[in-house]
Amino acid sequence: MVATRETAAAVRDVEQYKYGFVTDIESDKAPKGLSEDIIRFISAKKNEPEWMLEWRLKAYRYWLTLADEEPTWAKLHFPKIDYQASYYYAAPKREKLASLDEVDPKLLETYKKLGIPLLEQQMLAGVAVDAVFDSVSVATTYKKKLEEMGVIFMPISEALQKHPELVKKYLGSVVPYSDNFYATLNCAVFTDGSFVYIPKGLRCPMELSTYFRINEKNTGQFERTLIIADEGSYVSYLEGCTAPQRDENQLHAAVVELIALDDAEIKYSTVQNWYPGDADGKGGIFNFVTKRGACRGKNSKIMWTQVETGSSITWKYPSCILQGDNSVGEFYSVAITNNRQQADTGTKMIHLGKGTRSKIISKGISAGRADNTYRGLVRMGPKADGARNYTQCDSLLIGDKCGAHTVPYIESRNPTATTEHEATTSKISDDQLFYCLQRGMKQEEAVSLIVNGFCKEVLQTLPMEFAVEAQKLVGISLEGSVG
Amino acid sequence: MSLLEVKNLHASVAGKEILKGITLTLEPGSVHAIMGPNGTGKSTLSNVIAGREGYEVTKGEVLLDGKDVLAMEADERARAGIFLAFQYPVEIPGVTTSAFLKTALNAKRRAAGQPEIDAMEFLKLVKAKTAVLGMPYDMIKRALNVGFSGGEKKRAEVLQMTMLEPRVAILDETDSGLDIDALKVVSEGVNSLRSPDRAFLVITHYQRLLDYIVPDYVHVLANGRVVASGGKELALQLEAEGYAKYLNTAA
Repeated sequence: MVATRETAAAVRDVEQYKYGFVTDIESDKAPKGLSEDIIRFISAKKNEPEWMLEWRLKAYRYWLTLADEEPTWAKLHFPKIDYQASYYYAAPKREKLASLDEVDPKLLETYKKLGIPLLEQQMLAGVAVDAVFDSVSVATTYKKKLEEMGVIFMPISEALQKHPELVKKYLGSVVPYSDNFYATLNCAVFTDGSFVYIPKGLRCPMELSTYFRINEKNTGQFERTLIIADEGSYVSYLEGCTAPQRDENQLHAAVVELIALDDAEIKYSTVQNWYPGDADGKGGIFNFVTKRGACRGKNSKIMWTQVETGSSITWKYPSCILQGDNSVGEFYSVAITNNRQQADTGTKMIHLGKGTRSKIISKGISAGRADNTYRGLVRMGPKADGARNYTQCDSLLIGDKCGAHTVPYIESRNPTATTEHEATTSKISDDQLFYCLQRGMKQEEAVSLIVNGFCKEVLQTLPMEFAVEAQKLVGISLEGSVG
Repeated sequence: MSLLEVKNLHASVAGKEILKGITLTLEPGSVHAIMGPNGTGKSTLSNVIAGREGYEVTKGEVLLDGKDVLAMEADERARAGIFLAFQYPVEIPGVTTSAFLKTALNAKRRAAGQPEIDAMEFLKLVKAKTAVLGMPYDMIKRALNVGFSGGEKKRAEVLQMTMLEPRVAILDETDSGLDIDALKVVSEGVNSLRSPDRAFLVITHYQRLLDYIVPDYVHVLANGRVVASGGKELALQLEAEGYAKYLNTAA
């Protein structure tokens, strides 16, 4: 008996040494908090190659040195985050609901307004669904087609198994592990995300969407996406969903890296509608995202379009490093904040190559007691001969308790480079509202129409299937903001 | 039953009484002109009927088919069939005339329990209506009133009126800022809408418009009251004599 007990204790010790807690690799759960052991556990769970684990640990150790360097320069106010209070692997899931009857009717109302099909509503609301989806089988068919063309589109954890050389070559090459507080954290603990590789010369014939992965496991709050467009290829990628999404995790810190080689083009569209919190801003998602694209090849192009309506805190600056000569970066953004939401968002256009061009169109809409900041950097490097940037930042205020701020940074170290910056701030006028009402529109309909007009330049860059939903979303996000 | 009844209407802006007891009765199929010098309450009258904020009705009634208009919100009044052609139509950047029209039309259809109009049917309808008004069809692709000339703005108002088919149309100084050609086009548009079950309230400073939109009744508004009413000949008389005598009697 004594021996058995000793053996049991020894085994426990070994396991504790390995993972720092008593569990086995079959377990789906890791305890709260962050440590090297947790990172080893995540990496082992995913059967990652040794170099991946090393990279994660390197990031983690670096992150520890940043403890006092959480960015504070953004115009955002929120309580200090306790990083040891989070789950970094397989957070306990809420019980699945038995049917839509158990879902908050307000949420269902929103789904209805967005025109979301019933099955999708069930998935989004977290209802257990045992039917086989048409969309899943459709997705499978598409996936097969894409494979035949040489497109690699799979969870990044799968890519680490099947295409480790590609992942190793490009992961962290745009957003290095030491980039910033949140990105570094992501490097250490990311659980999954998408991996895309488009082979040379291929124009990907369909929009790639995270929607294809909707039936797969929740990738969690630390998502990692890597997209590589090889020479002369084109891809359009859609991220997110217009439907409000339920999530147990308050902290989100995703990293997205894009790489465009010679003559390649990547179009990346996002609709972000995470839970914004209640009218007082309680319970909303904190969204700290690092998105960056490298136009590595000559004549390459990266275009970011984002519609940000959710989250209580948005900290996000999708950027382009215009390295290749004559490469092009574009950023189109609509950021809507209502009630107590805060958004500090914008872009960075780093011009390194000759003849590089960039365009920034930002539309910020602020209502309620919300704060909305555009923060953008345009940098012209010494070799960026003839580079050009055009920036336009428009802010729209609804009501008199909200704020709009524009913070452009322009740095030019090349006398032949030109930058242009235009900014406007306006309000929805009583005259405009009355005009619409007099034509029979309800107040909310009128606000939605006017705001959609204000954002049109950005919304029309979205792929068709997204654009229609985004238009509706713009209206829904501002409900109750007038009158 | 009368279509629109305004009974002893008093209204003030920021505590100052502008309308001091207006009574008007519009029968279906009739065209009434309201004339008067500037600052006598012509635009106030149209704004109060349409339900613009900032006006306080202190006394009186407005009834549409016997229903209390003043109890309705501005958008309800519009859906009930009151249309105001604005003196200064506002610009709505980024919203095409077409998108605006469709939203307005669907708001009305929904309220009437009808299904929303589908895209093809809508385009067919707009094409037909623009042709009737002699308007270039391409105009509907432009953002509403943005960069429109004075004539284009007023034509866009008439187009909206044509699409929404109101019961009562109020034209607030529709002739202001129009040259004679534009005036003709706009008037023809309005005349094409005259029908036995629709009434018009045409507010104007000048007789000129009434050469084209010939009214059944003319009312003179001075100092917030209707000081004279008559047939279309009253407008000609005003043109010849001016408003001076009414201003004196009202004072």
